[in-house]
Amino acid sequence: MCLGIPGQIVEISSAEKKLAIADVSGVRREVNVACIAGDAPVEDLIGAWALIHVGFAMSLINEEEAAKTMDVLKMLGEAQEEIEAMRASQREMDRAS
Amino acid sequence: MNQPMRRMKSDTVTLAHGGGGKAMRDLIEDVFVSVFEPDGMEDQARLTSAALANSGAQLAFTTDGFVVSPLEFPGGDIGKIAVCGTVNDLAVGGAEPLWLSAAFIIEEGVDVALLRRVVASMREAADEANVRIVTGDTKVVERGSADGIFITTSGVGVIPPERNLSADRVQPGDVAIVNGVLGDHGAAILAARGDMALSVEIPSDCQPLNALMNATCETVDVRAARDATRGGLASALNEIAEAADCGIEIEETALPLRTEVKGVCEILGLDPLYLANEGTLVLFVPEEEAERALDAMRSTAAGKEAVIVGRATAAHPKRVVMQTSFGGARIVDMLVGEQLPRIC
Amino acid sequence: MKYAEEFRDPKAAKGLLAQIAQVIDELGATKEKPVHIMEICGGHTHAIFRYGLDKLTPEGLEFIHGPGCPVCVLPMSRVDECVELAERPEVIFTTFGDAMRVPGTKKSLLQAKAEGADIRMVYSPLDALELARRNPDREVVFFGLGFETTTPSTALSIQQAASEEMANFSVFCNHITVPPPIKALLDDPHMILDGFVGPGHVSMVIGVEPYRFIARDYGKPIVVAGFEPIDLLQSVLMVLEQMRDGRAEVENQYSRVVQDDGNPVSIAACDDVYEPRPTFEWRGLGEIDSSGLRIREKYVAFDAETKFSIGYGKGAPRFVPEPEGCACGDVMTGRLKPIQCPQFGKGCTPEMPLGALMVSSEGACAAYYQYGGVDLEPAE
Repeated sequence: MCLGIPGQIVEISSAEKKLAIADVSGVRREVNVACIAGDAPVEDLIGAWALIHVGFAMSLINEEEAAKTMDVLKMLGEAQEEIEAMRASQREMDRAS
Repeated sequence: MNQPMRRMKSDTVTLAHGGGGKAMRDLIEDVFVSVFEPDGMEDQARLTSAALANSGAQLAFTTDGFVVSPLEFPGGDIGKIAVCGTVNDLAVGGAEPLWLSAAFIIEEGVDVALLRRVVASMREAADEANVRIVTGDTKVVERGSADGIFITTSGVGVIPPERNLSADRVQPGDVAIVNGVLGDHGAAILAARGDMALSVEIPSDCQPLNALMNATCETVDVRAARDATRGGLASALNEIAEAADCGIEIEETALPLRTEVKGVCEILGLDPLYLANEGTLVLFVPEEEAERALDAMRSTAAGKEAVIVGRATAAHPKRVVMQTSFGGARIVDMLVGEQLPRIC
Repeated sequence: MKYAEEFRDPKAAKGLLAQIAQVIDELGATKEKPVHIMEICGGHTHAIFRYGLDKLTPEGLEFIHGPGCPVCVLPMSRVDECVELAERPEVIFTTFGDAMRVPGTKKSLLQAKAEGADIRMVYSPLDALELARRNPDREVVFFGLGFETTTPSTALSIQQAASEEMANFSVFCNHITVPPPIKALLDDPHMILDGFVGPGHVSMVIGVEPYRFIARDYGKPIVVAGFEPIDLLQSVLMVLEQMRDGRAEVENQYSRVVQDDGNPVSIAACDDVYEPRPTFEWRGLGEIDSSGLRIREKYVAFDAETKFSIGYGKGAPRFVPEPEGCACGDVMTGRLKPIQCPQFGKGCTPEMPLGALMVSSEGACAAYYQYGGVDLEPAE
């Protein structure tokens, strides 16, 4: 359920109606930004990344949290690579002996 | 015959233009004959070709109806598609296209200027494909009975002796090559239609593929080719797998896709494998000839971005399987019905 | 695409898959005695099949595909009512493409369109609003379909219509909520689930608190997950780790999008526009208390149920039994796998769907049929 994709706010089309233009991989579409606008001026949203669903920017994407998740994954990936490298060298040694 | 004998006297097409009288002759001579320049004014084309005289040469004959909304879109219009579509149907069968017919069904009220643009673009596409539009027909129907302009083109071509392209010749190990990016036409039409209010610059890939096919067939043994029109690459591959009774495996990471097409697909939940193309084909060649085939394709305008996307396999006969970018595998089936945009 | 492609990196998956295999071993789970994890959301079901995750994860892990596909749980009677609305001559019926193929008792919206009903597929309720502005002499009805992710967009559109005092726009509200059916599943005595992968986009609206009862009252782990394959694998691992450690908590893997308390603007708009219905019918699951939303009295002018006296607006809902032999209910609760349904691939195919799970590309049966129809030989 609920196809949602990251898009970047590139332009405000109506500050009053809280409408903005979002860009997804070079495809532009007008979206409603009421849910992510908060109390600050709508113009502040330009450049922000948001999760877009049915023409509404539903949530701002938190860059720090994204980076944190990636870091955890990276560590896991590296640990796994090490394990595999160790196994491979173990096999090499077994073969050599 | 560049100077038409008769001139159109109205700005829009009316039922009178299909009535068989003077108005119809005005339309035919001014709009069609002056542009297509057929050899005579008989109701039939009389054709001669040296290519047909070659012993073992075969005549190829195909027909196709064209409807598209909108009639004009980035990268083409219904006229260009009507020429390229039929040229490509002949080309992927190994034929060298020579002559086309064009039959128009026009809804009354269509702008004559629009009709002229469509006809001009047909001539341009025909010149590019080195074919001639030699005969045609026009009917005008009441408003509401058609969507602007419908065009049916038929094409005749010659298959040179000893050229034999057929899907059942594809064998396990053969390599699948596409000539360029996938899904541009489908995405371009979706965007141009405007229902989804997407703004994006994607030109349709609409182009003739006969020069590319000819260059490739002259260089290597092309087992079979299909143009990936309606139903996209997925349908073309499924047809071949079915006919050849072998499996086909493609690599998701190898599929050439424009960033914007990916974007349209992400937004609307569509699969680019099923998006229509109008100038994209997939062909199969023996593995050892793949590099030469790529070189031959890349030497032509339509094949600059040719790339290997997969191969035929003995495993999973009649099935197309994609190795996903993620390391998994999934079946790529024929499309069921039309691909609809989705939110979930 | 930023924030998406990096979460599709097969290298990152390797570590996750190894960890998942290890924890499955530690739990003693096997093909015969697997751990059952339900991905609630149809978007997750789609991703599992699209990326082949079910084939990458160990045999001791089995995904049960949950009820989180709004099209799949749409009762046939609702589709009939959509058709009835759409066939009114004054109506332009607007809907997401998803609903077009769902069979009603007589026909689908796609068939109704072919027969002449003015049905338009839209990407957004904003587009339905725009159609209403451009067609002041027509009645534009928007089919409000979907879970909490989609409810705010409909609510905000109704508020917008109210502020413009539009007289020709209304919503056929069939919005539903996630927690009640989960509770219904957990109350099922045949329930076999060990943990949940929670719906990320629903949660970006409602936050994580509404799932607390799953951990607290039923002792089951739940991890709110993103939709990229890496997100899903990481969430599965987090569920398994909770099981191994004897924990039952609500965790949030999708922290780049989901805040613990959700989105306050969305929640406020929904509170303003909707109230819970006493009960709502789900296809395959029956009536579930407080699981649907209706439009509040103050926005009644935009409520198609009242405006056209249809659906629950007509009084008691008309219950339409499932087609003979359809086992969608059993599949949705995990009692049957799609391929165990006697109709699977025979009386029920994507071309001629009998049950809703075969209709939507998020439906478990359609996904099985399309992506998992045969066991693939491993890649060389």
